[in-house]
Order: sequence, then structure tokens, then C-alpha cells
Amino acid sequence: MIGSFFFILFSGIAYGVLLFLMSAGLAVTQGLMRFANLAHAAFAMLGGYIAVTLMNDLGWPFLLTLPVAAFGTAIFAAVLERLLFRRFYNVSQLYQIMLTVGLVSMAAAAATYIWGATTQPVTMPAYLSGSSQIGGFSVDHYRLFLIAAGGLVVWGLIWAVDSTSFGAKVRAAVDNRRVAMSCGINVDRLFMSSFFIGSALAGLGGALAINLVGLSPTFAVDFLALVLIVVTLGGQGSMKGTLLAALLLGIVDVGGEYYLPQTGPFIIYALTVIVLFWKPNGLFVAA
Amino acid sequence: MTIIERSASPAAASAASARAHRVFARSSRWRWEEIAFWILAAASIVAFPTHLVLIAQVLITGLFALSFDLLVGYAGIPSLGHAAFFGLGAYTAGLLARAGWGEPISGLLAAALVAGIFGLLLSVVVSRLTGIALIMITLGVGLLLYEAAHSARDLTGGDDGLSGITMWPVLGQFPFDFYGRTAVIYTFVVVFLLYLVARRIVNSPFGLELKGIRENVRRVPAIGVPLRYRYMVAFTVSAALAGVAGGLLAQITQTVALSVLSFDRSASVLIMVMIGGMGTLIGALAGAAAYMVAQDRLSDLNPVYWNFWVGLLLVLFVLFARGGLIGGADRFIAWIKSRRGGA
Repeated sequence: MIGSFFFILFSGIAYGVLLFLMSAGLAVTQGLMRFANLAHAAFAMLGGYIAVTLMNDLGWPFLLTLPVAAFGTAIFAAVLERLLFRRFYNVSQLYQIMLTVGLVSMAAAAATYIWGATTQPVTMPAYLSGSSQIGGFSVDHYRLFLIAAGGLVVWGLIWAVDSTSFGAKVRAAVDNRRVAMSCGINVDRLFMSSFFIGSALAGLGGALAINLVGLSPTFAVDFLALVLIVVTLGGQGSMKGTLLAALLLGIVDVGGEYYLPQTGPFIIYALTVIVLFWKPNGLFVAA
Repeated sequence: MTIIERSASPAAASAASARAHRVFARSSRWRWEEIAFWILAAASIVAFPTHLVLIAQVLITGLFALSFDLLVGYAGIPSLGHAAFFGLGAYTAGLLARAGWGEPISGLLAAALVAGIFGLLLSVVVSRLTGIALIMITLGVGLLLYEAAHSARDLTGGDDGLSGITMWPVLGQFPFDFYGRTAVIYTFVVVFLLYLVARRIVNSPFGLELKGIRENVRRVPAIGVPLRYRYMVAFTVSAALAGVAGGLLAQITQTVALSVLSFDRSASVLIMVMIGGMGTLIGALAGAAAYMVAQDRLSDLNPVYWNFWVGLLLVLFVLFARGGLIGGADRFIAWIKSRRGGA
């Protein structure tokens, strides 16, 4: 009983950390520009494919692929933002959805064309595979690494938002973009840098996700809903809210799979719809 | 209108009312694209007797796209889960026929009723939301229904779908035949009649209010339109129409596949309406026809490439041609007219 409870909590937190990495960027950019980017999960997918290609074709060690996946994804996303997304900040949300749905569709097709439709094989280094017994509980090494590495990133991110002048500017612009602009904050540049960082996190999340959830061209569509759910429940623009929502979702998902495997993702969607009925602006936002 | 009539002098009021009549008369005039579409649709039934089922499916998808256009093109409510209503209608009609009541028209009414009631309930929440929360709730409800239908194998057949649907003859006279003759004519008549209804709705003062909401959400309440109720009515009507489309598909194919509720269906209807031209009604039908015929013609193409080109097309339309095919056709006509006028 305690063993299974521990397993759910442990795996759920590891999964939640992944979800947070993949959603954090969207929460900030959505808060800043009210831009409904459904293609954010496609950035995570790109990070995953970069990591897989470097590992399998070029023989890079796993840990070294992570910064490249993050950086490569961010560069690609920044180019896309300059060329395409910025034309859509002041138009109806409908067009934003259509643009990004189109991009997701193209991303899935392009990934199939380049990497094939099957799930990518990944072999983790020996120090990240297997598990150990700690205090009677079985602890999976990769999930432990995920929680530790993810925790470090989360801590850095929350520190950056709470305690740096960059973070203060972001918070100001999320609260009220026009007033922030009139105070001399260059919101456009702020948005570019947070878009860059957010996409890098998504790329990192995608690279870290491949060993846990597998990587295939449906990744972008599969995680589209989950990422949106995290951002909606967490409240746009709030780092701590996004983190809590991601952890909650991770634990509920793992728990649901453990106790009620036949219902699939039903529990997550039901939870989301119920919460939105009750608190439309997000679970962790002060009304 | 009512404010002017109440406050101004009788003469001014009647002038205003005459002006209003002229506005509505002009906007409800049949456009050439509409006439062309329906003539082509009728002609294709005669011209392609081996493709009757495809034609019927094009018309059904067109009705589904039409219902979506009412929602996004007129009321300006984005949705990523419109397949929910289509699927509810399909399962309602399918289950009713399986339970022994195979009368088609009352089956469609039941489909409309169930989808409409569900839409009404959902609209209570949806009308309070904006932005990403609005998208999320439509997406979430769509996914929820899909998963529910997937798990409820006893009721819906799950992955295997619902089969064993037997329909009675339409109006007690015309039995469904193997070639789809009855199916296509039945579908044509139902879709055409509902098209007239939808046309009447958007060209009414209510339709004008919806367009006002789409253009400026803040100003419309300021002139006394209760925004929330308009949203709710638009959502309910759109849901009921989508339900009829789903019911039609269940009746003429005599099966219900789980894909009636799929996210792909919600996404593709977005593409169809965008390609055809949002907020025109006929654009939704034309877009659905273009999409379905292209998909049928290119069916030997790898679906992967199909997704790529459809995605690219959507991006290009949204970048350069937000009016869609109908908007493009209108501009083309205007260009010809201006050239003729200039010469």
C-alpha cells in the first residue's frame, strides 16, 4: 500500500516535472502576448528529435545532447516567432489557433518524413538506467535524475522570475502590458527573450521525455492538450501556478493509470473540465 | 433599432425602419456563389451516379462545417471540440435505430435535441470564458467525450464502432438502397433546408448582433444586446446543427465509428471553414467540398504528405487569404467589375 503510494508520488512528480518544462514557456508567452500557441508541444518534439539524432547517429553522450536540444529548439522557435508569430499578436485568437494547428499538422508530417513513423529507440547510459532500493522503496534512476535536474531548472526559473529585474519586468508586462510599456519596458524584446527561454525549456523537456514516454511523430498532438491543460489550470503567466498544476496533473495521471487503467486519460480531461467549470481563470490564481 | 424607434419622431422612425429593411434585404439576397454551389451539388448527383455516397458525405461534412461557421465565423467563438456535437448526434441517431426506432426524420430530431441540450449546458460555462480557457474547455470536452465513448464499449462498441443500424424508409416511402440514391437525395434535401434556416438566422437582426459581437465584444453590450444570451443561443443552435450532421452520417452509412468524436474531425472542420471563407456560410460548404474531394482524389497519397500540405495550406490561407475561397472569388468579381467600369 505504502509502496504503491510512494511509486505514484515519485513517478507522478517526475512526470509533472516534464510537463512543467514543456509548459512553462507557453505560460509566460501566453501571459505576455495572449498568443494561443498550440504548436508549443511541437517545439518539445523538435528537442526530442535533436537529442535522438545526436545520440543515435552521431554517438553523442545523452547529457551532452540536452543543451544542444534546448538551444537548437530555441533558435528554431525564435526564427519562427520573428517570421510568423509576430504577425498574429494583434489579430483574433481564431487565426492564432488556425496558424498553430496548421504548424502542428506540418510538424507531425515532417517528423514522419525525416525520422519515420515509429517510436525512436533510445538507450540511456548505464548510470541513468536501472533502479535501486532506498529505504525499502524501489527508486528508478532516470526518474530520480529527472526530478533532480528538473528541480534545479524549476528553482532557477522561479528565482529568475521572482528576484531578477528581468523577472520583475516580465511580471509587470503580464499584469498590464500597456502600463509596462509606458514605464519604458521594451515588451517586444522582453517577449522575444522569454519566447527564446521558453522554447529552450520545451526543447529540454522534449529531450528528457523521450526515455519516459517515447518519441514518435504524434508527440506534438499527444502533448498539445496536456500542455494547454497545465497552462490553463496554472493560470497564464504564473510560474508557481504552472508548477503546481503540472505536478498535480502528473500525479493524477500516474495514479489514474495505476488504479483505473481502463479509463485512459479520461480522468485528466474530466478533472480539467470540472476545474474550468469551477475556476475558469485557473486553479492557482487568486480570484 | 428599438432605441431609435422609441425616441425619435414617427417620420424619422419609419425612415430608420425602411433603412433597416433595405439593409436586411441586401444582405439576404442570394449570392452567385450560393446558387452555383447548389446547382453544382444537384448536378453532381446526376453526373456521378457511382459516387453518391461520397456526395452525401460531402454534404454532411458541409453541414457540420456550416454549424461550425455559425459559431466561429459569426459569433467569433473559437472551438477545438466541435466534433463532440457531431459525435453526440451520430450516437443518438445510431443508438435510437439500433434500439428499434429506425424512422429517419425523428432520428435526426432526436440527434439535434441531444446535441442541442448538451450545447446549451456547455454554453452556460463557455459564455463566461475567454482566451485560452475557452479553447481548453472546448478541447477538453471533446477529448472527454471521445474517451468516454472509447471506454463505454457496451453502449458504443468502443473502437469497433456501432453497427447493426437498420433504417426505415424515408417518409415511409423511400427505402435506403445499396447505391445510395435515397441516401444522397435525403441528405441533399435535409442539408439544403437547414442551409435555408441558417441563412435566415444570420440575415436576421440576431445574426447582425452576432456579427457585432465578433467585431467588437465591448461595444455590443453597450447598445443593449445581452451578450451572454446571444452566445448561448449561437452555441446551442450550432451544436444542434452539428448533431443533425452526425445523425445523418450514422443513418446513411448505418454505422457509427469512434472517429465521429475525434480531435482530427474538430481540427479538419477548422481547416475547411478557413479554406472556404469564414462568416459566409456557403464558404463552409464549399470548403468542406474542396477538402473532401481533394482527400478522396489524393487517397493513394501517403496520409503523412496529405497532413503536411493541408497544414501548409492552412498557414498560407491564414497569412494571405483570410477571406478564403469565397473572399477570393468576391475580390476577383470586384476586380473584373472595376476593370469593366474603368474601360
